[in-house]
Amino acid sequence: MNLAAAIRDQDVAQLPSRRDEDWRWTDLRGLIRQAPEPSTPIWAEQAGEGPFAALAGRTVLIANGHGERELSISGQAVVALDVVSAGSGGHAAQLKIAIAPDAAVVLLESYRGTGEYLSHTALEIEIGVGASVERIVLADEPAEAVGVSQAQVTLSPGASFVQTVLASGARRQRIETRVRHPGGHAQARLDAVYLLGGKRHADITTEVAHAHVDGTTDQLIKGVVRDQARGVFQGRIVVSEGADRTQARMGHHALILSDRAEVDAKPELEIYADDVTCAHGNTVGALDEEALFYMRQRGIPEGQARALLIEAFVGEVIDRIAHEGAREVARGWAAERLKGE
Amino acid sequence: MLKIENLHARVEEAEILKGLSLEVPAGEVHAIMGPNGAGKSTLSYVLSGRAGYEVTQGTATLDGEDLLSLAPDVRAARGVFLSFQYPLEIPGVPALTFLRTALNAQKKARGEPEVAAPAFLKLVREKAAALKIDFEMLKRSLNVGFSGGEKKRMEILQMAVLEPRLLILDETDSGLDIDALRIVSEGVNALRSPGRAMLVITHYQRLLDYITPDRVHVLSGGRIVASGGPELALELEREGYDRYAKAAA
Repeated sequence: MNLAAAIRDQDVAQLPSRRDEDWRWTDLRGLIRQAPEPSTPIWAEQAGEGPFAALAGRTVLIANGHGERELSISGQAVVALDVVSAGSGGHAAQLKIAIAPDAAVVLLESYRGTGEYLSHTALEIEIGVGASVERIVLADEPAEAVGVSQAQVTLSPGASFVQTVLASGARRQRIETRVRHPGGHAQARLDAVYLLGGKRHADITTEVAHAHVDGTTDQLIKGVVRDQARGVFQGRIVVSEGADRTQARMGHHALILSDRAEVDAKPELEIYADDVTCAHGNTVGALDEEALFYMRQRGIPEGQARALLIEAFVGEVIDRIAHEGAREVARGWAAERLKGE
Repeated sequence: MLKIENLHARVEEAEILKGLSLEVPAGEVHAIMGPNGAGKSTLSYVLSGRAGYEVTQGTATLDGEDLLSLAPDVRAARGVFLSFQYPLEIPGVPALTFLRTALNAQKKARGEPEVAAPAFLKLVREKAAALKIDFEMLKRSLNVGFSGGEKKRMEILQMAVLEPRLLILDETDSGLDIDALRIVSEGVNALRSPGRAMLVITHYQRLLDYITPDRVHVLSGGRIVASGGPELALELEREGYDRYAKAAA
């Protein structure tokens, strides 16, 4: 199984399928019968401006798989990474991002486009000692597209990596983050919000591997699904032998707003160390009818009451975004996705 | 003000209200007392429009307007306020946001201009101070982590801000210690006015020491089986509901 190779070789046999345990809820082999032609290039002018353009000092564009392959960031920087796709072809991109020790970086990543493309983006993010990185991933892709982003993050001691994924889903959309956690008072936070309607599918997959003592991981993922949409959350935290005094917390909570919507969740904690504080919580349910009646009894019309409850539900994650401009973009995105609820 | 005639209502298959009639004129406070299972909470939910309560017969009107056909939020805008026995927690919605949203939604429904933020904050500050509610608490999610007494005081604050015409207090004294009961009762008494009617639903007479009713009704077996002045509450406290339970059966 190798998605980038499947796209390059136009070979559907290499697509991830339900036989791969990590992909059983996002089966691309069963979905894609015929490999798409390679995407034709698009020009920067055609790509237009991404959602974070106004916030970043520097924008890196990847258009239909083409763009920079290596990026070094040091000091204080706000960098936008805009991944744009168009058409009905397939394309894959690779980018290595090196963040210097003690740097303070905001990485504003967006996935957007038009058409029925198949897109794969592989990122390697290496974070130096003592650096802090806030990564926002806004995956707002067209309903007919298939988009997969896989990031391998390597964290150094004393560093901090804070991430918020905002996913609108697509025909299939998967945002995957794997973190190599060195302990050593490094911190990782992997948050996400998925807001899905129609027949959209979003898959949030995370894995954090704690290798040594004194590491912290915190996760809060919230989803709202309606119509016939499907949300997937797979979260794994591995605490290796010797990674004592690790603290890890994982929460995934989803609201299902229609009978035909679906949420699949697999939270996993694998602990092989001592003196570890780990907790996880997972809830999937409907809006609280009692709370709705209470709000209506005070005069708030049903639609407004529902919107207020849903907004408050996902707001808890969005409020954790530190970068103010990005937080506003996230609020705007959520308001747009929740319209009509 | 409120007029209920021959009201029959059921929850799922069970008939709970069996021909209840009651009239509460403007300016009066009426108490409804009764044993557990008599239908006291059902009456408050039927009047406020909670789902799952089916009216099979009878009417309930507020100043001549049929209440039962209106949505819960429309009833609220018409002036119906139910103070819950167990007020709900609303995570992520600050009490101030909740109050302002409710007030402006009601005003909008009545075709009145909305209240701007400065005027709203001034209003809430005054009312909160009178109820000994710390203003900082209103910035927290409504009722989340509040004690039983704080939740009841929040109910009274909402009443004071929303200024309903018909107040229904459902077991407002439950879970309150004497000090909290006094503050809550003072808040309710401050709302007594010639244009406002109150229905105080309670199992025990205790609350009526603080909120003196004009009339007391005994609800048993889904009907009003006796009515009288405030002295009826004292009699019930002394002798219990047995006599009326038999009368209902």
